[in-house]
Amino acid sequence: MDFNVINEYIPLYKNALLLTLKIGWQGILVSLFIGLIGSAILYFRIKILKTFIGIYIEIFRNTPLLVQLFFIYFALPKIGIVLSAEVCGTLGLGLLGGAYMIETIRSGLESIPVIQRESAASLGLNEMQSLWHVILPQAISVSVPGLLANVIFLLKETSVFSTISLMDLMFTAKDLIGMYAKTIEALFLLVVFYLIMLLPISILGTILERRMRYGQFGD
Amino acid sequence: MSELLKVTHLQKAYGDNVVLKDINLSVKQGEVVVIIGPSGCGKSTFLRCLNGLEKIQGGEIAIDGSPVEAESRDISKIRQKIGMVFQSYELFPHKNVIDNLLLAPVKVQKRDKEEVKEEAQKLLAKVGLAGKEEFFPRQLSGGQKQRVAIVRALLMHPEIILFDEVTAALDPEMVQEVLHTMLKLAKSGSTMIIVTHEMAFARAIADRIVFFDEGEIIEETREVEQFFEKPKTDRARRFLRTFTFSKSEID
Repeated sequence: MDFNVINEYIPLYKNALLLTLKIGWQGILVSLFIGLIGSAILYFRIKILKTFIGIYIEIFRNTPLLVQLFFIYFALPKIGIVLSAEVCGTLGLGLLGGAYMIETIRSGLESIPVIQRESAASLGLNEMQSLWHVILPQAISVSVPGLLANVIFLLKETSVFSTISLMDLMFTAKDLIGMYAKTIEALFLLVVFYLIMLLPISILGTILERRMRYGQFGD
Repeated sequence: MSELLKVTHLQKAYGDNVVLKDINLSVKQGEVVVIIGPSGCGKSTFLRCLNGLEKIQGGEIAIDGSPVEAESRDISKIRQKIGMVFQSYELFPHKNVIDNLLLAPVKVQKRDKEEVKEEAQKLLAKVGLAGKEEFFPRQLSGGQKQRVAIVRALLMHPEIILFDEVTAALDPEMVQEVLHTMLKLAKSGSTMIIVTHEMAFARAIADRIVFFDEGEIIEETREVEQFFEKPKTDRARRFLRTFTFSKSEID
């Protein structure tokens, strides 16, 4: 392994990491937004919308992100919708993540005993107030490990962004290998930078999970 | 005294299983009604019907003249008039005591936060919980949690408060502190409907006893002492006997 090469490559990877993080977090924010709305629809069992959410979840969980991205990046322009690669990445990740976030938040919502909802109702809270002030905060804290697992999964999925020519980590590695054939150095840095991005989140997840297991709520 | 709650021909069923058959009851302002009866007789379900937690299959419930309908748009408004205290407290575990207390008055009734806070602190002091404002429910004993739950219901200024076996999950010494709080409330003129298995307490607090069995009101009387000494119906007599042990039975 040539450390001079590695030194030379590091700034390139740093830029790629920043781009990956930027689009990654944008996508995750979109997915959380979709997750909140979607899980609320399932929680309230709103007719018709509930069916749409079900179909959406099945489609996005059962097709690869690569296919979804191709669809957004290459097929949408054919019907006149042209989006930049960045927007495509954010949207693709957000839509995929949304499907997972809905399920994670919904299972959290369902884990809160019905009588808590009744307790809120007895105080005159309407369904929306009850969800927002009483059920959701408890559900989110139950869902934290699942949500963090989703975040890690989504950040890893950003590796397919390279296919729509976003200069993310994967793109940078492939590009460097193609140009200079320093395969080992390029792949080594690729692994290191993914770990730099994901290990802290993973550790945070473990800590939070352990704290929750000892029940900060325990009644 | 005016009629506050009026229940006429109330019927409740889960599918084919009829839980309440033709219940009629009216409660006047300031009255303390205690409902007793064997487990599964429908008394808790009856309470839950009164604030619309259960959909009813027949009859009418009216509080202060307005109908209580589980699926009506106004149900949240009506529920503000009816306080409810649960057996399992049902405080919100992610909020501390004061936030549990403030949530509904501030968010639902849009009252001034500081004013409600002041009232909350006064009430907490009254039930012996001064200084517990910042505690989380998990840091309180069962009896303390139940007293917080009572204060939470009171802060909404309800016209009537329902108590659903509020001491059933508590240790004996904690039962005393909760019952004491309720006795004070009754003395201050609150209208209350209480479901309980504490017969001595029922006797002490009730203006009226309603005895339920198999989804029906079997006996209803304002002669509380009389009821406990010499109930009119055979079923009530048998029920009351289950609370005493005679030596001959053990031998």
